[in-house]
Amino acid sequence: MTSTDAARAATAEPMLPVPYRVAGRAAETHDSVTLTLEPAATPLPPFQPGQFTMLAVPGIGEAAISVSGDPAARDGQLVQTIRAVGAVTQALCEAPPGRVIGVRGPFGTTWDLPSATGRDLVIVAGGVGLAPLRPVVLGALAARRSYRRVCLVAGARRPAEFLFRGELDAWSGRPDLEVELTIDQPAAGWDGQVGFVTEPLARLPIDPGRTIAFLCGPEPMIRFSAQVLLRRGVPAGDIRVSLERNMKCGVGLCGHCQLGPILVCRDGPVVAYPLAAPLLTIREL
Amino acid sequence: MSNPDAGLAGLGVLAGLSAAHRDLVTRAAVAVRLGAGERLFREGTPAEGCWLIHSGCVALDLTVPGRGQVVVQTLGPGDVLGWSWLIPPYEWHFGAITTRETTAAKLDTGQLRRLASEDPQFGYALALTMFQACAQRLQATRARLLDLYRSPHDQY
Repeated sequence: MTSTDAARAATAEPMLPVPYRVAGRAAETHDSVTLTLEPAATPLPPFQPGQFTMLAVPGIGEAAISVSGDPAARDGQLVQTIRAVGAVTQALCEAPPGRVIGVRGPFGTTWDLPSATGRDLVIVAGGVGLAPLRPVVLGALAARRSYRRVCLVAGARRPAEFLFRGELDAWSGRPDLEVELTIDQPAAGWDGQVGFVTEPLARLPIDPGRTIAFLCGPEPMIRFSAQVLLRRGVPAGDIRVSLERNMKCGVGLCGHCQLGPILVCRDGPVVAYPLAAPLLTIREL
Repeated sequence: MSNPDAGLAGLGVLAGLSAAHRDLVTRAAVAVRLGAGERLFREGTPAEGCWLIHSGCVALDLTVPGRGQVVVQTLGPGDVLGWSWLIPPYEWHFGAITTRETTAAKLDTGQLRRLASEDPQFGYALALTMFQACAQRLQATRARLLDLYRSPHDQY
């Protein structure tokens, strides 16, 4: 079976978990871990930035997790960053190298980075929202000449709660990437910015007609950030956001992740802001 | 110090002012260049001066016993630093210190207050400009109060 055949076989059975083995485990913060998973059998198809997988821990359950790896990697490995917020994610965070877990996917829409060719990229991440945006940054840096300015604005609660801290430091030193890091809560020893992500975002020089924005984080953060961009003149259609709902099947069958007229697992997680905006303020959704 | 006119023209915070009113503000401004670690004012001291930041970074801080100087917020290019000069009791509520080399237009707030009382139209426009900056700062502060990045397991 060729890898293409394998990919077809994998997508033909979207509800069947494929075994992957934990090849690496890196603690990001006190409650977040990045796992590197290698296929124990037939690999799944390559992912696109913005997509997610369903990760299953035998005997405990399954959770939707964004892919945070390098989209250019073709080694068959999956890199996923997980925050321990429930039984499944806690078990995933504790999975040691060698542990076999089930993987389905990749599912969902993508950030569609190639469509932003020739534009300025403004990437805004809050908390663990940086995980699904890391492939965008890596993808943009890999094809750096395809884009004009590339700006990353990332917020965290405290300095120790930034994901990919070593990488952020390295990115901050690059002349071809503007990085603005800010924390919500004052912390001793932090000499960077203190404030919500909207504040460095509002200060960023922006050419609204040439900007594509990618937002991911808690939904109020997305709304507030989008409002800043709209005030700056960025068209709503040039703002892309990643949504999060309780996804179960991953393929639009079960309806658990319904958000108004869309199923987030199938029609999202990445959607254009004009679609998301009216849905984000409806209390019942 | 140097002529600040060019610097003020590009500041979005003054975009709501008419050309005549912007001219009044410009005449009350001087360009300043501040080194890193330069303290602009301390909490509880008379509030004089307002800085329209062109570049760099300024931290708003206050003294907390046992914790020293705690930074509550940082300001950067395009931000307004200092509005306590506009409202009684004209005292700074927080301190301000540059965290890196910073350039700004410093406004003579005594002159602005005098002009505002002589010309209520200018006074209203100036107050509105400051209020807009204040409202945006308040909204961002409220967003931080939501503690959006907390884990469901974290205790309030």
